[in-house]
Amino acid sequence: MRIPPAILTLITGMALVLLGLWIGQNVNLLPVDASANAPVYDELFKVLFSIGTILFVGIVGLIVYSLVKFRRKPGETGDGEAVEGNLPLEILWTAIPAVVVLFVGIYSYDIYDRMGGMAPLNDHSMHAMGGEMEESRTWGGISPVSLESDGAAAPLPIDVTAMQFAFIFHYPDAEITSGELHVPMGQPVALHMKANDVIHAFWVPEFRLKQDVIPGQPTLLSFTATRPGRYPIVCAELCGPYHGGMRSTVIVDEPETFEAWVNQNSPIANAAPQTPVQS
Amino acid sequence: MTISLTPEHSTPLQPQGWLRYLSFSTDHKVIGLQYLVCGFIFYLIGGALAGAIRTELLTPISDFLPRETYNEVLTLHGTVMIFLWIVPVVNGAFGNYLIPFYVGARDMAFPRLNAVAFWLIPPAGLLLISSYFIASAAQSGWTAYPPLSITTPATGQIIWILSVLLLGGSSIFGGINFIATILKLRRPGLKLMQLPMYCWAMLGTSILVVLSTPVLAGTLVLLSFDIIAHTGFFNPSLGGNAVVYQHLFWFYSHPAVYIMVLPAFGLVSEILPIHCRKPLFGYTTMVYSIMGIVFLGLIVWAHHMFTSGTPPWMRLFFTIATSFIAVPTGIKFFNWLATMWGGRIALNSAMLFSCGFIINFVFGGITGVALAQVPFDIHVHDTYFVVAHFHYIVYGGTVFVIFASIYHWYPKVTGRLLNEDLGRLHFLLTFVGFNLCFAPQHWLGLNGMPRRVAEYDPQFELINQLSSVGALLMAISTLPFLLNVVLSAFNGAPAGDNPWNALTPEWLTSSPPPVENWKGEAPLVTEPYGYGTPAGELPLAATSGSELWKLGNSDQRS
Repeated sequence: MRIPPAILTLITGMALVLLGLWIGQNVNLLPVDASANAPVYDELFKVLFSIGTILFVGIVGLIVYSLVKFRRKPGETGDGEAVEGNLPLEILWTAIPAVVVLFVGIYSYDIYDRMGGMAPLNDHSMHAMGGEMEESRTWGGISPVSLESDGAAAPLPIDVTAMQFAFIFHYPDAEITSGELHVPMGQPVALHMKANDVIHAFWVPEFRLKQDVIPGQPTLLSFTATRPGRYPIVCAELCGPYHGGMRSTVIVDEPETFEAWVNQNSPIANAAPQTPVQS
Repeated sequence: MTISLTPEHSTPLQPQGWLRYLSFSTDHKVIGLQYLVCGFIFYLIGGALAGAIRTELLTPISDFLPRETYNEVLTLHGTVMIFLWIVPVVNGAFGNYLIPFYVGARDMAFPRLNAVAFWLIPPAGLLLISSYFIASAAQSGWTAYPPLSITTPATGQIIWILSVLLLGGSSIFGGINFIATILKLRRPGLKLMQLPMYCWAMLGTSILVVLSTPVLAGTLVLLSFDIIAHTGFFNPSLGGNAVVYQHLFWFYSHPAVYIMVLPAFGLVSEILPIHCRKPLFGYTTMVYSIMGIVFLGLIVWAHHMFTSGTPPWMRLFFTIATSFIAVPTGIKFFNWLATMWGGRIALNSAMLFSCGFIINFVFGGITGVALAQVPFDIHVHDTYFVVAHFHYIVYGGTVFVIFASIYHWYPKVTGRLLNEDLGRLHFLLTFVGFNLCFAPQHWLGLNGMPRRVAEYDPQFELINQLSSVGALLMAISTLPFLLNVVLSAFNGAPAGDNPWNALTPEWLTSSPPPVENWKGEAPLVTEPYGYGTPAGELPLAATSGSELWKLGNSDQRS
């Protein structure tokens, strides 16, 4: 089997890698980032996109080149060269993907750790839930422990109830119940989620976060919003005929605006004025 | 043992001629074609259902179908395409037709069981489709997650379960038959490591079928108890656990991806060497990588459940295990590229579809490795990104290979060649339509469109319309194919017994083959990929001057 000269292969490979890196850095396919972990996610996306581009362009390039170069010309009847294998080559293309995959796995583990995904769920939920934690085990999700490494702000607890076909948000501290989710910018929020009927999923594309809401198995989702605005909340798990219409909105406010909203809507706001925690 | 059943076979009770194909025939070639044609009819039905989905999604509001009907349609589309088209065709059709040839046998190990396995499929399919007309079809998606599947209308869901149980049974019968045939019915003198690669693929697939399908069957029986008898296995309001169903379901349904894809890998490994006129590159590593995929395929199921409240350690384990499937899969793709490298490639329809498969599958594989990463998956899980990904695997991968295989083996089955111009048109329409339909869906998923919805954010309207145009092209692409298959059966150019000059045993008999495959003794093929001329022995007649010059050059270098 004729392999092209080493120098040519090297140059093509380098050009391919540069192209992949450039595309990974410059092509943006994602919506705006509005939570603390969204930029971390976008970083992972860029790395995966670069690696993917290099592989895809490389393999398609090889196929097209082979189809053009080694096409059977009219009148040609012979066979190709009888090459049945090449051990060093096969070891090489086993080792390279293994290393790449291992790197991607470790890197994405690191990203997930930075998002708070590896932190234990239950000690924290007991903290947040206060008194009635004995029977309420949290089955999955992302806990607020390592969300902000400085840990300056205590997470704002919000109870989420999903049902066919709506999300209900309840703020236990202010005793507000709302159909829209209001969160302050810059403060960690911990959503304690329960479903009444079937499985739903809470998804905010701009936060890059999703968590199933499962009947009988409370879950937890924590995030810190970083960009004021209104973003869609989408149910991502088939939950019945009106699944497509099961949407809501998350409104990320400046801390002052959020405080004003709480004061305006809370039935106990006058009796016990809020002491918003912020750094 | 195989030779002894010769003369009585043509008892007058068995219909002859085309009626054989509607009978309880035990001839593996008849059964293979029964699987293929039956599967293709269900492909057209599933395609019509896909058309209904893409029509609904032309506009952001739910205006074409009632919402319940839309959920029935998407459930039927998934179930029909997986259980009635891809699994039966890529296993049952090609497996039954080819495996006895490849092992040098006159039929499968258990011919009657084989016929039973096929004849479970049409009633199961009719049952499934009829549920739409009788009551209402299942509405909970092909995954049938409880509690939704417990709360939606029970009749449709129970019919769905019955039909999937029948199809699962058919699949297990087939799997047992393939394992027995490959291991026990080999012609004396034929070693395992001399078998064509498709045998290895079917051996691996059948192991997966036999190990994992019973788990799905058991799960669905429990689910039906929850629905009819109001037990509480998966019903949280009766103390059940809804996530346990997901574990059991995916313990079958992830390996099911490999049940759909491994046979396609095997078929491509047969097609490429013949049309590239080179040996299959790296036979031994191909075999090991198939077995590696079988093993890894059994321990990655929970990557479908990263947002289902799985504990962190489980997420970590399934991320790593899933990513590592890319290694044996990658080996296979590099080996195919090396098989093409330096060949004499005949760029016919079979080859075009095979190359289309490689391109689509590599794309789907790359998004697959990305989806295996928990943080990445948490954003795009259950969105159109996933829809795009798995269509790249099962349509762009397996269905492309099914078409490649039809172009490749049609001359063997009918004795006539398919028309190449219509074949190329078919490839072009399919490839462009497919990529136009599914590539934009990645963007939709990344930007906030969940799957299985009838209504969506109006900002996604244009991209959805683009995708629907692609779907229309795919629908149109079946026309030249159908025309080609029907016309060529009567008017196609006579192919002769071995139009591709192939060495695998199915080509070493007449086209179409006689009832027990060979007139005399089965040939012993120990080198199924013995193509190509040894290095340095390029035949003078067939070489150009530049080839000789290069050859001389490389001789001087070494």
